[in-house]
Amino acid sequence: MNVELKNIHKHFGKTYANKGINLAIPAGTIQGILGENGAGKSTLMKILSGFIQADSGGQIILDGKPVTIHSPADAIHVGVGMLHQDPLDFPPMRVLDNFLLGRSGGLFPNRTAVARDFSLLAEKFDFSLDPDSYVDSLTVGERQQLEIIRLLWLGARILILDEPTTGISASQKTKLFATLKILAEQGMTVIFVSHKLEDVEHLCSQVAILRAGELVGEMKPPFSTTKLVEMMFGKAVTLGERLTAEVGDAILSLNNISLEDVRLKIKDVSLDLRAGEVIGLAGLEGSGQGMFIRACSGLVRPVGGRVQLKGHDLTGKSYHTFKNAGVNFLPAARLEEGLVPGLSLTDHFVLAEQPKGIFIDRAAGEKLAEDRIKSFNIRGTPLSTVESLSGGNQQRAELALLQTPLSMILLEHPTRGLDIESVIYIWAKLKERCKQGAAIIFISSDLEEVLQYSDRVLVFFSGKVSPPIDAATTSVEQLGQLIGGKGWPEKGGSHA
Amino acid sequence: MLKGRLGAVLFQLIALVLALGFVSLILISAGASPMEAFKNMFTGSFGSMRKFAEVLVTFVPLLLVTAGLLITFSAGLWNIGVEGQIVLGAITTAGVLRVFVDSTLPPALIITLAILGGMIGGALWASLAGLLKTFGGVNEIFGGLGLNFVSTALTLYLIFGPWKRDGVASMSGTEPFPDHFSLPQVPELRISLWALGIAVVGIVFVYFILQGTYFGLKLKAVGKNFRAAYLLGIPTWQYSMYSFLICGALAGAAGAMQVTAVYHRLIPSISSGYGYLGLMVAMLINYQAIWAVPVALFFAALNIGSIQLPIVMKLDSSLAGVLQGVLVLFVLLMEGARQKFVKKA
Repeated sequence: MNVELKNIHKHFGKTYANKGINLAIPAGTIQGILGENGAGKSTLMKILSGFIQADSGGQIILDGKPVTIHSPADAIHVGVGMLHQDPLDFPPMRVLDNFLLGRSGGLFPNRTAVARDFSLLAEKFDFSLDPDSYVDSLTVGERQQLEIIRLLWLGARILILDEPTTGISASQKTKLFATLKILAEQGMTVIFVSHKLEDVEHLCSQVAILRAGELVGEMKPPFSTTKLVEMMFGKAVTLGERLTAEVGDAILSLNNISLEDVRLKIKDVSLDLRAGEVIGLAGLEGSGQGMFIRACSGLVRPVGGRVQLKGHDLTGKSYHTFKNAGVNFLPAARLEEGLVPGLSLTDHFVLAEQPKGIFIDRAAGEKLAEDRIKSFNIRGTPLSTVESLSGGNQQRAELALLQTPLSMILLEHPTRGLDIESVIYIWAKLKERCKQGAAIIFISSDLEEVLQYSDRVLVFFSGKVSPPIDAATTSVEQLGQLIGGKGWPEKGGSHA
Repeated sequence: MLKGRLGAVLFQLIALVLALGFVSLILISAGASPMEAFKNMFTGSFGSMRKFAEVLVTFVPLLLVTAGLLITFSAGLWNIGVEGQIVLGAITTAGVLRVFVDSTLPPALIITLAILGGMIGGALWASLAGLLKTFGGVNEIFGGLGLNFVSTALTLYLIFGPWKRDGVASMSGTEPFPDHFSLPQVPELRISLWALGIAVVGIVFVYFILQGTYFGLKLKAVGKNFRAAYLLGIPTWQYSMYSFLICGALAGAAGAMQVTAVYHRLIPSISSGYGYLGLMVAMLINYQAIWAVPVALFFAALNIGSIQLPIVMKLDSSLAGVLQGVLVLFVLLMEGARQKFVKKA
């Protein structure tokens, strides 16, 4: 389907999120939309998919016909389906029920037929989704997979994907890219929103670059990375030097711990973590790393083994005991777990400091908030509510909640949704913490990030955990193979 | 400037006009003159010092209940059980007074003990709903509703059982307490300035908790995102329990006022529906403590003013309830309309 956007404007208050955008996407194209956080990518896509309406004056033209899209239901009716960065599904319901939702007509859905369609689609793209499991037991990656096949099933002919590669593993990404290429060959229009240059260069047949709400350029292969970066940021950037901190005293000691949930069993993992050290956890989404990092924070109780923090036995103790002992955990789901919608940045910083008195010291709170906003480069005011911030700024706000001093920092996808400059900036902050004696464990699905910033890496593969791998002497390819289940010793570890 | 504070007030005024208009339509369809009805309601509540005192008598428990509900709403809890918490406050107060009925202790001390007892009774009853929620997984709406029925049954059991009047038990309640067990009243009027004072202290206390304390801030965090609040280090279920206890204590105080300042005995409908009315007030003021006093006073005036209607105009006094309900609905409706309007503008 041919898509044409003409003169799209959108303002929120006095700021323009989109400013006179014109873009033509012929059928069968994989269109990349590049831009840093707050460049207006999400806004433009939300306009196309009916979540918000553009200011008057603009036009959306599909196959030569102007359309008005008032809601996501309208959008899917004309063939536009959007996959959001944070999956919009119904966690308390089963996978199949989620799949069914949004399908119009019919009081009594034919579940058998639907289940068959579901299995066929899932098989086609090699997604392993159990139609009877509950969505809240799925990982973000699996939820994205569910959403993709649901939209295809509903008849989407334009598929918008907002940062689809952030939650998923390298092999899931390969799968996804292959799928998207097939869909494009069949005449589907794919719009791929990302700030990952590599992905965009690898996949897209044309790219549009947004900066500060405006379309600043378009490019077709062969892509010039330097030029793309220039257009995105106005200047070139690289990841920078590897930094390793001095390793100090023992912080965390895991002794043969075993973990279990409904889907996975992890057995007999031992690890010694020292101050100043950074350990990266790599693996497909849902391979056990999420459970592992939660066990390190006290949120998940191990079914066997011992957990020691700085020589104290904390096995089976609550998350709050861990927190009081200097452990902070930042979850990936920002608005669900990390932040409190409705409260301001000041409120958050004040609460994170675990205030002891009775009466709120407003002046001190606002000063604290102003300092943090400045030092973490958050676009917002002390009184901004967290839900009014853009995704990247929410991420920075979450990082700004870390207490001082800390012995251990646990991070789930700390730089998800951040542009490369922010990634470098955030890691500089975290490495500073290492110098002050904190140890860090983090999960990331960005292999380069894992190798760049970790000292050692643990690879997770369906419940198996690799021995610690030296990050400096490992290549992305080697890591990728391990994540994909290749190169494991025959009897290494055990799993369900 | 329709976006700012002024806009919000304007939309609420429209809601008020719409609610009055809607009720007028009902009155016209019943063959009555709306202007006359509203005039009667106004003179019925503010027409004389005696009538205004009656408004204040209603205002006291309503304000206390609203204050308590502001705490549970902030913690994200729908404390429907507030009605039963008033009842248990009244029962405990009456129970304490009965214990000391032949005592030689100073009456002021006994009344103080009785009121404190009422607050504790209300708080304990509220903690049942809290425990059911925290440890039993029973939603507080269902738990509270169930407990409301139990509290009514308990009142009737006491009035017709252990606490029945000498001779014959009756729906008019237990034997009235001696005069010195009442909060001092203004001469010739039914209002007690002490009761009024306690209610004002209650709402001021809640206002400061919510606006100025870390406790209040943590409570709001728990109410808005339980999971994130826990990760931020707030002991979440404990805070839910605290909010139940505080709300229960304030509702219990309302029940204590009903016994010590209004009825001077336990009667079957001692809570007079103030719990549900308080829920409406809390919703109407959008959970902002600062508006509790004027709105609770307005609702109390409607209740008292409507008593005139059957006498003067042969209309049913439930018109006050209709107006209150319609008002809440229109205010919520206009708030929704305003948000849509603001988004578009």
